[in-house]
Amino acid sequence: MKILVPIKRVVDANVRVRVKSDRSGVELANLKMAMNPFCEIAMEEAVRQQEAGTVKEIVAVTVGGAQCQDILRTALAMGADRAILVETDVEAQPLGVAKVLRAVADREKPEVIILGKQAIDDDNNQTGQMLAALLGWAQGTFASKLEFAGGGLRVTREVDGGLETLMLKLPAIVTTDLRLNEPRYVKLPNIMKAKKKPLDVIKAADLGVDLTSRLKVLKVEEPPARGGGIKVASVQELVHRLRNERKVI
Amino acid sequence: MSKTINRRDIDFLLFEVFGVDRLCERDYFAAHDRQVFNLMLDTAERLAAGHFLGCAAGGDRNMAEVIDGRVRLVPQAKFAMDEMIDAGFVAASLDNEYGGLQMPVAVANACMAIFQSANIGLCGLPLLTIGVANLINACGSAEQKSVFIPRLLNGSCYGTMCLSEPHAGSSLTDIRTRAELVDGINYRITGSKMWITGGEHELSENIVHMVLAKIPGGPAGVKGISLFIVPRYRVDAEGSVGESNDVSLAGLNHKMGQRISPNCALNFGENNNCIGQLVGEQHRGLEYMFHMMNEARIAVGLAAVSAGYAGYMYSLGYARERTQGRLPQDKNPANRMVPIIRHADVKRMLLAQKSYVEGGLALCLFASSLVDEEKTHPDESARRQAHLLLDVLIPVVKAWPSEWCLEANKHAIQILGGYGYTQEYPVERLYRDNRLNMIHEGTNGIHGIDLLGRKVVMHNGAGFELVMGEIARSVETARAHKELSEYASGLNRARKTVVDTTAVLTAAAASGNVAGFMANSSLYLDMFGHLVIAWIWLKQAIVAQRALSGAHESDRPFYEGKLRACQYYFHWELPKITAQAELLSSLDASCLEMPEEAF
Ligand SMILES: Cc1cc2nc3c(=O)[nH]c(=O)nc-3n(C[C@H](O)[C@H](O)[C@H](O)COP(=O)(O)OP(=O)(O)OC[C@H]3O[C@@H](n4cnc5c(N)ncnc54)[C@H](O)[C@@H]3O)c2cc1C
Repeated sequence: MKILVPIKRVVDANVRVRVKSDRSGVELANLKMAMNPFCEIAMEEAVRQQEAGTVKEIVAVTVGGAQCQDILRTALAMGADRAILVETDVEAQPLGVAKVLRAVADREKPEVIILGKQAIDDDNNQTGQMLAALLGWAQGTFASKLEFAGGGLRVTREVDGGLETLMLKLPAIVTTDLRLNEPRYVKLPNIMKAKKKPLDVIKAADLGVDLTSRLKVLKVEEPPARGGGIKVASVQELVHRLRNERKVI
Repeated sequence: MSKTINRRDIDFLLFEVFGVDRLCERDYFAAHDRQVFNLMLDTAERLAAGHFLGCAAGGDRNMAEVIDGRVRLVPQAKFAMDEMIDAGFVAASLDNEYGGLQMPVAVANACMAIFQSANIGLCGLPLLTIGVANLINACGSAEQKSVFIPRLLNGSCYGTMCLSEPHAGSSLTDIRTRAELVDGINYRITGSKMWITGGEHELSENIVHMVLAKIPGGPAGVKGISLFIVPRYRVDAEGSVGESNDVSLAGLNHKMGQRISPNCALNFGENNNCIGQLVGEQHRGLEYMFHMMNEARIAVGLAAVSAGYAGYMYSLGYARERTQGRLPQDKNPANRMVPIIRHADVKRMLLAQKSYVEGGLALCLFASSLVDEEKTHPDESARRQAHLLLDVLIPVVKAWPSEWCLEANKHAIQILGGYGYTQEYPVERLYRDNRLNMIHEGTNGIHGIDLLGRKVVMHNGAGFELVMGEIARSVETARAHKELSEYASGLNRARKTVVDTTAVLTAAAASGNVAGFMANSSLYLDMFGHLVIAWIWLKQAIVAQRALSGAHESDRPFYEGKLRACQYYFHWELPKITAQAELLSSLDASCLEMPEEAF
């Protein structure tokens, strides 16, 4: 079995970002970048399945500029066997990425594609679902548990009311939630081995995918500064203010 | 991301100032590249922020103890150590041949600094283990190497250094532990060792003690000391662990700081049944030990820097949040209080810390890169030069951070005010943890003697001149930047002052006044150290100045911070040299001639 793990390079979760002065986006130049934490969970899950013997090959793929090779290197150090960079200068958006991934899936023919449920930079939570629709595959989103069973995939999902378990036919798409696993840190011997593993670069144009942006960012703003709190004299006053001033109840 | 050390600073030093990634062009480091280094540093940050930092406070409150006859550490210590070993940090800089990963010492030490800043006490154990692996690698037989090194690197053995004895610490000449030949390379060891870090614990299957002992009938003094491998449990030729080797725990020392790790008094051969293997030739033990001492001393310098750095980072964060008082020009009590970082006097304490810890880190990573140069530079004369430079700088690398980064910890406590004096905040622990570094690996007093009495005069002063020449070169480079010309002249003046003072002292020695020459060697060490750190700051300032104009907006404050800290150091610290030089040149005898009865 082959698993494809699409991953995204995002600003490191520990970095505090600032809005650009022209409000066109957030300042990224010179910031520490890293693999999206949900993608790390996806990578970890693929590696665990491989360690359990169910999976033969793991291919990590990302869409972006040449600098994205660093997260592919991390994926290889975590345990991916090969990596693919689909190179583009265009800032890829969920639909564009999903189309690229469909093209990659057509070539690679994986049985399972595991993605993070969302990326922490734009929090879209769309790529996995769009990819499932484009491929016409089954999907199990927000997975907190994953087992291969009876020729298919049993996925436990985190839903509002609790947990939901689905049986998916293969090939299938899974998107990962936080509690699926705790990703490993990369070890020096594996980092060194990763340097020798294959990393192919494909031009996005060569896949015949149109990555033109369909979304236009109008403006990006800092969240409003938190105003000072006030003390209320009684519960009645609290309820009154919440209802009439804040209009939240 | 580490909260105890600044990764941006580490990257700046490794890649922008010392160009460590260029080492990968050499065959020895060909398996690495900048990305490998980045990922390794990332992993170090991640692990350090986990179990290492996680048990720093707990390990201080619940110090290593003997329970049911076994030495126990807080349980997290074992998780932390296993992760560190498993990730390859202990094997990092050793040769491939015995399971090492041939990473530059500069990068391996930068990773270690990240761990040390999170938990300096626990890091003593891996550092000793790395030291033992290096020592056996440099001086052991092929069999000793293949039996012990892979086990030291994979965590099945930890290592210790057994030099000190209860009655002989600084004065190793006078040790009493004996070794009597049994057969071949096997000797029967008897004696007591004191202060042995990691002397006993259950973290690993076995412990390898490197023991200094005297073989009866050998030459007197240091020339009669030999080095032995003494495992806690006997091992066979394959390294499998067997019966106990008659090394017993006499007790644990209850320390002021670094309380997470056990420090032991050990008895060897209480039942006359302790066997050690000779390393190399008889009577050359101290020479072998010193072979790897340079690296151990860099580790101590780095430990001091790291504890200082952690205090700096903590007090910096605190100063940004804590509000207190108003600025002197603001007389209106209705105005809000300001964060204390706006008070000039608090900035003074932050700048002092910044200049000490960043200066110290730069020095230690520079010294580490010299280890890489002496080991792998393709050019023989460059290797020798790196070795000589390192040899002269070592007393400073060990002593300056242990003195001044402790001072940094003092400022960190001060910035937290009363809170800094309580156990609810980490800065008092960092101070206690750091206090050791002036004492072990040779007291700072002994390093003063080593610098003035040996390093400065050795090879007819060649090492001293090399350092002064390197300083002069940096002065020339700095002159090309008009913004730095003030510092270039300042450093050059200070260099001349130190050269002149040294000439006065060595002249006194040449005229037979040895006691007068050596009497103020600690002061000399401090003066020399302050000069070296000024040089190191100028090296950083040169790079920062060049980078500033092209730097991205978000990176400018970093470079500006470097230039400002350099300014602080040159205005506040470097002038201290003048007064020290005067005192030294006068061959002041206040201390030397003080009669014992007059105290
Ligand atoms: C926590 C801890 C861990 C340690 N770990 C180890 C270890 O793992 N292995 C090991 O072998 N040792 C270890 N040591 C021992 C350490 O190296 C010694 O404590 C140190 O060398 C000083 O020896 P001493 O304590 O006997 O002090 P002394 O040698 O008695 O020194 C006392 C004072 O006298 C001064 N002095 C001594 N001789 C001279 C002189 N000739 N001229 C001028 N001044 C002098 C010293 O500078 C010092 O200020 C450790 C010590 C501690 C506290």
